Amino acid sequence: MDATAVRTGTEGKIWGGGNQPLKVSYGKMMMWFFILSDALTFSGFLAAYGFSRFKFIDSWPIADQVFTHFPFLHGVDAPMYYVALMTFILIFSSVTMVLAVDAGHHMQKNKVIWYMFFTIIGGLVFVGSQAWEWTNFIQGEYGAVETRAGKILQFVNAEGERVALEDVAADIAVEREELTRSKGLWYLEEQSTLPDVSFEQVKAGFLADNNLFIRTQSQTEEGEKVVLSREESIKKLNDDGVGVVQGANLRHNEYGAPLFADFFFFITGFHGFHVFSGVVLNFIIFINVIMGTYERRGSYEMVEKVGLYWHFVDLVWVFVFTFFYLV
Amino acid sequence: MAQDAVHHESASKRIWTVFFILSVITIVEVFLGIVKPEFLVDTYLLRMKLLNWIFIVLTVVKAYYIVWAFMHMEHETKGMRRAVVWTAIFLICYLMFILLTEGEYIFDVYHDGYQSWDF
Repeated sequence: MDATAVRTGTEGKIWGGGNQPLKVSYGKMMMWFFILSDALTFSGFLAAYGFSRFKFIDSWPIADQVFTHFPFLHGVDAPMYYVALMTFILIFSSVTMVLAVDAGHHMQKNKVIWYMFFTIIGGLVFVGSQAWEWTNFIQGEYGAVETRAGKILQFVNAEGERVALEDVAADIAVEREELTRSKGLWYLEEQSTLPDVSFEQVKAGFLADNNLFIRTQSQTEEGEKVVLSREESIKKLNDDGVGVVQGANLRHNEYGAPLFADFFFFITGFHGFHVFSGVVLNFIIFINVIMGTYERRGSYEMVEKVGLYWHFVDLVWVFVFTFFYLV
Repeated sequence: MAQDAVHHESASKRIWTVFFILSVITIVEVFLGIVKPEFLVDTYLLRMKLLNWIFIVLTVVKAYYIVWAFMHMEHETKGMRRAVVWTAIFLICYLMFILLTEGEYIFDVYHDGYQSWDF
């Protein structure tokens, strides 16, 4: 009896190796705990977003007024549809992933290959959609005036519709001196992108047109942005306006608080990076499946593990969708 | 083998059912987000709009289906489930409570102070 069995001295000891505590393999359990810690990272980000939003609860941008684009529908106000489409793409790629895992359980190699292929395509489409969303956000649409305190003043007409800076600006000649090292501090350089119109032009144009009003960042009790009367608008622009801003980056944001843009870039960027790395991992496993690695191994558990990661990415998006676009 | 086939069929049926549920919830969310019914916006529950509570509850329901059905949490042992899910839920609730309370406090400080921030 002793001669037939090789004993390691760890039989029956759960943590000695070979056994599966909680009936999951080592790899799967570690994937779960990685996901848990990553989930806490994301909830840290979203909690920080919530913190900043509660801090500026009466002046935070309204998502419906920020994300209004849809491909091939230029100029049409389409809030939420695009991001809903992105959500569907990601949920659907989650479905094909779980179908791949299911096919793996039954050792159906060809099915696994096809389902993983669709999952990867879905992931790529999603990352591309996010790039498009970012592009629109960065380029901006209407532009706004920034005040001394870094607040945003947007232009609307009497009907409450937004008016773009180019339409407000008067056609007057304004001289702008270029910033060179010999004139400024040695580390300052001319900005690589400049707005199309200057603050002076916008101001002159606004004063000349009685049909223009200013919409501020502040919010009423009903959750709508405050639109100033004509006199208040003129006073506000004269007293506080300092410059124009078009689009958004980490410092300026035509939609409202720069913090909103910071969180948008950081959270959706971090999520997009997860999607991208998920696509890379999926692709590696996909190649392995094609080469028959798991067929020889007799188990498609690797597909299951990347599947867990992929569903997690979907899970995070569900929350980002709610807190960035809906709430 | 026959048993296997039955199991297979029910597994993919479950996947499509869950996909259907997730889609319906998303459509409802988008619909509510665009329409924004008056009474849901005006009604407050625990200092938050009822509409926002609905969004959060629907999100948690979606998360439940993704974790339970897609990530196969429903087939894991009770110990495994608790180790992952309870840890996350406890820590996230704690973090949210602390940071949102603090954010609201800072809002009050800005709002009630003698300093104007809007210039």
